[in-house]
Amino acid sequence: MIRLEKRPAPSRLWTATTPLLAVLLTMIAGGLMFAMLGKPPFEAIRTIFWDPLFGEFAYYFRPQLLVKAGPLILIAIGLSLGFRAGIWNIGAEGQYIIGALVGGGLGLAVYPSDSIFLFPLMVIAGALGGFLWAMIPALLRTAFRTNEILVSLLLVYVAENLMASMALGLLRNPDGAGFPGSRNFQDYPAAFNEELIAGAGVHWGVVAAIIAVIFAYILLQRHMLGFQIKLTGQSPRAAVFGGVSPNRLIIFCLGVSGTLAGLAGLFEVTGPAGQITTDFNQGYGFTAIIVAFLGRLHPVGILLAGLLMALTYIGGDAAQLNLGLPSAAIQAFQGMLLFFLLGVDVLSNFRIRIGKGEVA
Amino acid sequence: MDLSAINWLLLLASLMVASTPILLAAIGELVVEKAGVLNLGVEGMMITGAISGFAIAVETQSPLLGFVAAAIGGAVLALLFGFLTQVLLSNQVATGLALTLFGLGLSSLLGQSYIGIKPPLTGMIDIPFLADLPILGTIFFRHDLMVYISLLIVVAVWFLLKYTRIGLILRAVGENHDAAHALGYKVVRIRLMAIAFGGACAGLGGAYLSLIRVPQWTEGMTAGAGWIALAIVVFASWKPGRVILGAYLFGGVTVLQLNLQAAGLAIPVEYLSMSPYLITILVLVIMSADRSRTALNAPACLGRSFHASS
Amino acid sequence: MTGDQPLLKLEGLTKAYPGVIANDHVSFEVQPGEVHALLGENGAGKSTLVKMIYGLVRPDAGQMHLNGERFEPHEPRAARALGVAMVFQHFSLFEALNVAENIALGMENPPAQRDLAARITEVSETYGLPLDPARLVGDLSAGERQRVEIIRCLLQDPKLLIMDEPTSVLTPQEVEILFETLRKLSAEGTAILYISHKLEEIRSLCEGATILRLGKVVATCNPREKSARELAELMVGQTLHQPERSRAELGEVMLEVNGLTLPPATPFGTTLHDINLSVRSGEVLGIGGVAGNGQDELLAALSGEVTGTGQAIRMKGQPVGDLGPNERRALGLLAAPEERLGHAAAPDMSLTENALLTGWVREGLSNRGFLNWPKTRQFAERIIAEFDVRTPGPQNAARALSGGNLQKFVIGREILQRPDVLVINQPTWGVDASAAAAIRQALLDLAASGAAVICISQDLDELMEISDNFAALNAGRLTPARPASGLTVDEIGLMMGGAHDMEVAHVDV
Repeated sequence: MIRLEKRPAPSRLWTATTPLLAVLLTMIAGGLMFAMLGKPPFEAIRTIFWDPLFGEFAYYFRPQLLVKAGPLILIAIGLSLGFRAGIWNIGAEGQYIIGALVGGGLGLAVYPSDSIFLFPLMVIAGALGGFLWAMIPALLRTAFRTNEILVSLLLVYVAENLMASMALGLLRNPDGAGFPGSRNFQDYPAAFNEELIAGAGVHWGVVAAIIAVIFAYILLQRHMLGFQIKLTGQSPRAAVFGGVSPNRLIIFCLGVSGTLAGLAGLFEVTGPAGQITTDFNQGYGFTAIIVAFLGRLHPVGILLAGLLMALTYIGGDAAQLNLGLPSAAIQAFQGMLLFFLLGVDVLSNFRIRIGKGEVA
Repeated sequence: MDLSAINWLLLLASLMVASTPILLAAIGELVVEKAGVLNLGVEGMMITGAISGFAIAVETQSPLLGFVAAAIGGAVLALLFGFLTQVLLSNQVATGLALTLFGLGLSSLLGQSYIGIKPPLTGMIDIPFLADLPILGTIFFRHDLMVYISLLIVVAVWFLLKYTRIGLILRAVGENHDAAHALGYKVVRIRLMAIAFGGACAGLGGAYLSLIRVPQWTEGMTAGAGWIALAIVVFASWKPGRVILGAYLFGGVTVLQLNLQAAGLAIPVEYLSMSPYLITILVLVIMSADRSRTALNAPACLGRSFHASS
Repeated sequence: MTGDQPLLKLEGLTKAYPGVIANDHVSFEVQPGEVHALLGENGAGKSTLVKMIYGLVRPDAGQMHLNGERFEPHEPRAARALGVAMVFQHFSLFEALNVAENIALGMENPPAQRDLAARITEVSETYGLPLDPARLVGDLSAGERQRVEIIRCLLQDPKLLIMDEPTSVLTPQEVEILFETLRKLSAEGTAILYISHKLEEIRSLCEGATILRLGKVVATCNPREKSARELAELMVGQTLHQPERSRAELGEVMLEVNGLTLPPATPFGTTLHDINLSVRSGEVLGIGGVAGNGQDELLAALSGEVTGTGQAIRMKGQPVGDLGPNERRALGLLAAPEERLGHAAAPDMSLTENALLTGWVREGLSNRGFLNWPKTRQFAERIIAEFDVRTPGPQNAARALSGGNLQKFVIGREILQRPDVLVINQPTWGVDASAAAAIRQALLDLAASGAAVICISQDLDELMEISDNFAALNAGRLTPARPASGLTVDEIGLMMGGAHDMEVAHVDV
């Protein structure tokens, strides 16, 4: 009989290696899944994980990696702070949309403008939009103890409807011949989030993501607030005893994650996405949840996990193109990765013993 | 707009149909939560049930087999969650989210070849005599079998939890798993059974959407129904009878806004479509503001991992 | 059943956990109708042993016989079926369920609820344990909850009743009533395995005793033929150091509570009613009372975890009721709660991080929010060195420490911050005797250095040993404090609420 035995302290070795083990297991299970779909498993895995980095067209794919990883990392960093404290914002997708609508809307409202202050103002507006949208679950939680998981998630559907309404109504391109969708930011230089180094995939969103990683690292390692976040997640009662105000922490964590998600939305809609449409959101807010866990809620881990997840997006597109792999397969693949990660996590907190066990 | 375009009788009748998927999912989740487990993967299990039920019904041309397959599909996915959280002791919130993300991906993968197909029709059951009652007959007694089965499940759960030993043990496990373990009850086994039941109910709810309510398969067709089911369990303060109330309230809002859309109300469609979600949030706020009651009814061990360490 | 056959016979029972042998070849016998004591310190292996008898844990080696037959229960249900019943120390009860439901859960084939309620009433009257089957267990006092457990066992007509530290939740008067019940059961032929570390109790109740130390049987004896001192030395294995106190003059009033009334934060919590107390420099104020009478709530109100009490709490004359824990720490009001893991300390965090938990304000461990880890580590190392905390180092997780060592760390952490007032709940709960003695000495030294100490405890011996003044909590009310020296056990018992609602009960022996 196999039984679990709690370790006196979490194993550092396993904490670091379980994400790799999970990736490996996902590749095996994913390969099996691809084989069942009638696709060559090894080729599919190679197309997803190897070719974008080292294949023939790597020069095209590598910058794409940063473009996709930027928003994922930015959102996941914000989410990770709350997740560590046991505050579950799973509505980042909604905050992302609202950030894009508010920031992008500001730019479109003053069209045409060539002020150099416009883009910075839009960034601030986007951040504010995401922040305010996240304040809804935060304030409902602190005032009425309403479950923030459900409220933040339900608000995603509200945000999606708002997005559709904006793309079809208020923000629709007046010169667009009646097609849904706003003006394209590419044709609006003062509001466009352009590439900073041509061909490198680095736009302001990527810069913001890197800054967020550094700030989160300092916060968690060196600052009292970071300590309080970790403490609240591990032992809420000890945290109150240590002087943490749970309500202030809820506001802080939801606020930061909403702000970062709003920023990601703004950078995305004014850059890679280019315009507000009825479905310009790509599910980054949900994938970022996987990124946060895969990165063990650690800033550096999230940086790496964001790149890996971006790779599955890009590799998935390539596999769709070359092998006809359905795009849904990648979504299932990403979900599987999170499953395996949570499953192998047991190794860092427990020893597996084989032998005569306790009576369960 | 023209309110007279709305047939209020049919509206009330369709209310029951619109409520059934959420009622099924919510009553399943209620049992899971009563056993002390928080499974946030309802959405994922529903959509998996929706596609597996749809696929089997199309392949076999039997809606009945479809519903059976949906229940099995939902339960299998739920047991995956159960294995991770109960045996490998993973975090329930994170695992539930993973279940939803995985279920959404898996279902659209499975559903590739079923887009645009019509499922076999599920027969209506006109309850003899009662169906002919004026007004009441149309509203209550001319539905498909699943509507009645869903109500039967709720009644059965209510009876089981309140009056039987199995129900008492289930509540005890959710209330204090350490004490239940000390008395010799198999906490993990009981919870796994509850989780499987919850998954089967969510699967049935999903299949009801794809086979009867819509009826066809589209990606992401549950559109948050699983999350609303979770909210309804809170609204109901973990009481089966109030789950019916919650689900029918939500169904009513959905049907009403659809009818208002059809009637051409001057409010943009998008705002009407978001109303069910906003009302769900509102209801959640009202329920949670009443602290003493929610705290008393919520299972004390909800969401906590159990490990028999001594 | 032959007349001289033992009811329960253990031979060479052994059970090992990683890094510790909980039971090492334990053998002893219990005769039918005997009240047999299992005596030992915290960590001596008593709990593991009874869990094996009750089928919760399987022995690695050794045998058990019940009535001469091989006895290997693989689950509690099997043990119950053979007539073994157990009353747990931390009750195995369900707060949101009523008494009858709780009792039904402990029975194999419970009768219908109505019949069960009638039987509960019947048994409770026979044994002098009044209980209303329809009440929610969450609303019962600790003593009443114990009655639920006992009646649950009695309804099974047990041959062997195991009781794990049953008196720790009772007032002295309630203890007497419990003993009457147990003697009656014993006279009817039920054997009782009585686990305790309280020597006087065992000497008055038990006919046989097995003494465990570090997992091994060190003696089997008749406790009535030994003195309490002899038993203590067998149990602890060394002569205990008695705390010394140098009685100083009491100084000015440091902390004052006037008319503190507070509703509970949790559904089954206790409301505090009109609490009044004051404690002076150099004084140890002992607050006794049975568990669940407002101890946690009082500590939370004093520590600052619960605020909004405005003028009711004053520190050196300054109102502090609206200040949070860290603001109160800055003023010199420190606290140590009862629950070590998860309240006083974060289990998965290192000792360094746990030193930071309460120490950052007074020890200056952060600068504008930025943490000074080297200084924090030094603080943790100082606690470890000065309070003899046995651990490989400050990087170790709190949960890896034994109860006694972690408690020394928690109390050391507060004392080294030189508090003006220290409020402490259950300082030696679940702690081995030598660590408990060291902790009591540290509290006395702290008071001698001019601090005021409020010690909330359920251990009356401890309170009598260290307190200058004594008050008791009962259903959220605090009695006026009286000088501790000269108080009799009866007086203390009455302050604690006597036998609660049991005056009407009587036992026919």
